[in-house]
Amino acid sequence: MNPMPFDVQLLNALSALLLLLAFAMLSQRRIVTLVSLLAVQGVLLLAATLLLAWRTGETHLYFSAALTLGLKVIFLPWVLYRLIRRLGVYWDSEPLINIPGTMLIGLLIVVFAFGLAQPISELASTATRSAIGIAVAVILLSFLMMITRRKAMSQVVGFLSMENGLFFGAMSATYGMPMIVELGVALDVLVAMLVLGVFFFQIREQFDSLDLHHLESLKEKR
Amino acid sequence: MAWLTQILEVLAALVAAPLFLGWVNKCRAWLQNRSAPSLLQPYRGIRKLFFKDAVIAENASPLFRLAPYVVFGAMVLAAAIIPSMGTRLPFSSAADAIALVGLLATARVFQSLAAMDVGTAFGSLGARREMMIGFLAEPALLMVIFVASLISATTALPVISERLAVQSVGLYPSLAFTAVAFTMVLLAENARIPVDNPATHLELTMIHEAMLLEYSARHLALMEWAAALKLFNYACIGFALFVPWGVSTTATGPAGLLFAIPLLAAKLAVAGVGLALIETLSAKLRVFRAPEFLATAFLLAVLGLLVRLLLGS
Amino acid sequence: MEFLLLLGTPLVGAAALAVWGARPRAPELNVVFSLATFLAACALTVRVIGEGELIVAREQFFIDAFNVFLVALTAFVGFTTSLFSRPYMRVEMEHGRVTPRRLRLYHSMYQLFMATMLIALTTNNLGLLWVAMEAATLSTVLLVTLYRTPASLEAGWKYFILCGVGIAQALFGTILLYFAAESVLGVEGVNALLWTHLDSVKGDLEPTVLSLAFVFLLVGYGTKVGLAPLHNWLPDAHAEGPTPISAVLSGLLLNVAVYAVVRCKVLAEGALRSDLPSQMLMGFGLLSVMLAALFLWRQRDIKRLFAYSSIEHMGIITFAFGMGGPVANFAALLHMTVHSLTKSAIFFAVGHAAQKAGSQLMENIRGLVTLSPTVGWGLMLGSIAILGIPPFGVFASEFLILTTAMKEQPWATPILLFALGIAFAAIFGRVQPMVFGEPTAKRLPHPPALIPVFTHLAIVLVLGVFIPPYLADWYRTAAQLIGGP
Repeated sequence: MNPMPFDVQLLNALSALLLLLAFAMLSQRRIVTLVSLLAVQGVLLLAATLLLAWRTGETHLYFSAALTLGLKVIFLPWVLYRLIRRLGVYWDSEPLINIPGTMLIGLLIVVFAFGLAQPISELASTATRSAIGIAVAVILLSFLMMITRRKAMSQVVGFLSMENGLFFGAMSATYGMPMIVELGVALDVLVAMLVLGVFFFQIREQFDSLDLHHLESLKEKR
Repeated sequence: MAWLTQILEVLAALVAAPLFLGWVNKCRAWLQNRSAPSLLQPYRGIRKLFFKDAVIAENASPLFRLAPYVVFGAMVLAAAIIPSMGTRLPFSSAADAIALVGLLATARVFQSLAAMDVGTAFGSLGARREMMIGFLAEPALLMVIFVASLISATTALPVISERLAVQSVGLYPSLAFTAVAFTMVLLAENARIPVDNPATHLELTMIHEAMLLEYSARHLALMEWAAALKLFNYACIGFALFVPWGVSTTATGPAGLLFAIPLLAAKLAVAGVGLALIETLSAKLRVFRAPEFLATAFLLAVLGLLVRLLLGS
Repeated sequence: MEFLLLLGTPLVGAAALAVWGARPRAPELNVVFSLATFLAACALTVRVIGEGELIVAREQFFIDAFNVFLVALTAFVGFTTSLFSRPYMRVEMEHGRVTPRRLRLYHSMYQLFMATMLIALTTNNLGLLWVAMEAATLSTVLLVTLYRTPASLEAGWKYFILCGVGIAQALFGTILLYFAAESVLGVEGVNALLWTHLDSVKGDLEPTVLSLAFVFLLVGYGTKVGLAPLHNWLPDAHAEGPTPISAVLSGLLLNVAVYAVVRCKVLAEGALRSDLPSQMLMGFGLLSVMLAALFLWRQRDIKRLFAYSSIEHMGIITFAFGMGGPVANFAALLHMTVHSLTKSAIFFAVGHAAQKAGSQLMENIRGLVTLSPTVGWGLMLGSIAILGIPPFGVFASEFLILTTAMKEQPWATPILLFALGIAFAAIFGRVQPMVFGEPTAKRLPHPPALIPVFTHLAIVLVLGVFIPPYLADWYRTAAQLIGGP
């Protein structure tokens, strides 16, 4: 009844947890918890990368695991925690769509993502091909989170989680991108975080708040 | 042999249900640093109520008197269907898992009708809230059962349990998700803490207790016993779906039954601790947050279903 | 060697200006670095024209007929913009809109932005292309918010989030592309993102995956091109940032994004053997042209006006690349060149005009021609050029595109003509009183930098009358490279 080898099962379990985590983020109103969830997502990615590296014996996966550890598990959450403390934003306000509603939309999105990933999974030869659908789902769910949130901070968490989803997608479809690209992407994420940090302070200085409804004046007039 | 198991199971449910409730209460008291009530406290409560004279409101209809017996009967019948000790149950061929959900719903309908029957404010308030919770919890419960059915390709609870028990140990994210969803449904359906607090009569928040306010004596005793049975039944459904190992099957024979009884006791003991732990660690939700809680349960169950379909695990 | 200089100079410039960017002579330093980059680009162009395609750094970078001229164009406009930014930023300093620290940020990021665009243009690796595009966004976000006004912060945030999300889609498209390529290029998985390799096997790539990949890539890079309906960030970012940045965003970054889209389209078309990619490009192009033309009517801010005009022209270019074929590709390349030159020239003139009037609102800018004839005529001629009036080069390219469209896609011609007509009326009707109305403005403490404006316009004029044969050859080679139905 259970023909899959144990490590594939473990990978599947990890990807299922990633999906669950995406939903947890979608429903979470506390920004600190949101960041913790992001860190957990990083840990899961790390575990999945290490497992894949061990399974396939590809050394570059160990490097990207190290990159994940440094950047997504340690550095980014640390920066975000610091930002939260310095800026004093702990809670997001009520999201644009209420949470059960968001969840239901999220479910539809997951079904859509699985459908989208179906042709790709069929062509893939990796052990993790069934996880591609989950990666797409995580990307789209993070996108949904960015749409429904009002606070800049939660949008950023959504952005980073989308990046995690992309990373996971690359891993499950092709065992990761070439090293040079992965390094470049990591560098971009890092720089984006720094730019955002500066940006948050600018916004706060100007508006005394990180609520994005202040940023809705530039519209087509008349 | 099968009939022996059947009779034993129903008897065990009737006897053990208040004990299980007592155990949960005791654990809770320990965890909260209170002096614990006796394990037998629920029995004492029920016995005391049976010796009292029943007082019934003047405008109560026959339905009001009938309801406790229906509710209690439904719970006993449910206990007969659920494979808590053995999977060879003559009764269970009468109803599969979906019918079981229906049986539980029948009990709920009668309880709510009876609560509204007298026409007091609290009664209808409790009934309305109970229906709201039930309306949200039922689909989640069904989804949980569907996932298990999908894995074992049947909706008959004993067969599900048997098939899940024999398969090799593996990681099943789908089952893990549904287990969490099921726990949430269990908490909501049995008026446990994040949704309702069984220990208080605070009118603004109570759900289950509000429906029982008009009952007294033997009717109340039956209702409380039925509530204990319900908790017991839910726990046993959980065991059947998620930790089915050790139930006696055709393969194991009478020796298996001897083994299954202490194992059930052990599972119940652990479940009781777990339940008490959850109740101690979480805070009561506002009534308006309860739909969110149950939507999450539903979501988890559906996610389990999707994961099962996609990953095949 | 030239290549190393080309990428190295702006990077060194970024580092140097990060240190000395606040010095009084920093603008001149900026010009020097930009000039050096431009010279390196010229040397590289000469070499590529002489020796043909160039592949360097373990095949990670390559220069072929398509990108060499975009490199030259980018370096040139980068250089002239630095000339323009010298007096412009001095005035901003004196008006107290920027502090020395922000000026340092500005100069350093300007060079970094040039570097990222040049990397994006020259890289052979589609993954690196993505990285460079994202880096280009990041290096300009803080420039858009340079003035720290609420509006500029909002524009910056929109720019960041929209382009960030958009470009994330492009990353997913790149992953899918890699996925499709890996099964073909298999063993040499490292090369599976190199465009030259992909191009040689494009016929074998899995069509289903490629079509999905192309959709994601088009949406992703299309966001940066400013294709409707993903254009929302563009007018805000152009209007709220400093004008030199508007000039390079509009004149260069959009080109680079179009370049990325076209590279992806070549692959998708080769794999799909259908005209789905072409039709998508044409559809997005037409939608952008229409939408931008209609929005032009509602603008009150002069920089927003020309930002929408950029969307319109990007739509035209995308449409032309969508039609494909030697003539349309040729016209699109020519249009990229002339639009880039004209639009940056317009932004230079607009920058000086807005500084004179002390406002970017068109109703406050009046009578430029009496105040400063050169700025006034610059704006007027630029507007005439961008509206496609002969003998400017924009006319030549638009004419080519329209005639090809009449032949190949007759249904689209009326839409294009209609949009061009609306845009003409909208822009001309607004520019005319600004240039010839009653003057209201004041004198500037620094003389405006008009050499860039008129150099650009002169080149556009020349291109409209006569395209030098080597340039025409080169356009033809590039057009052939891009191919199409």
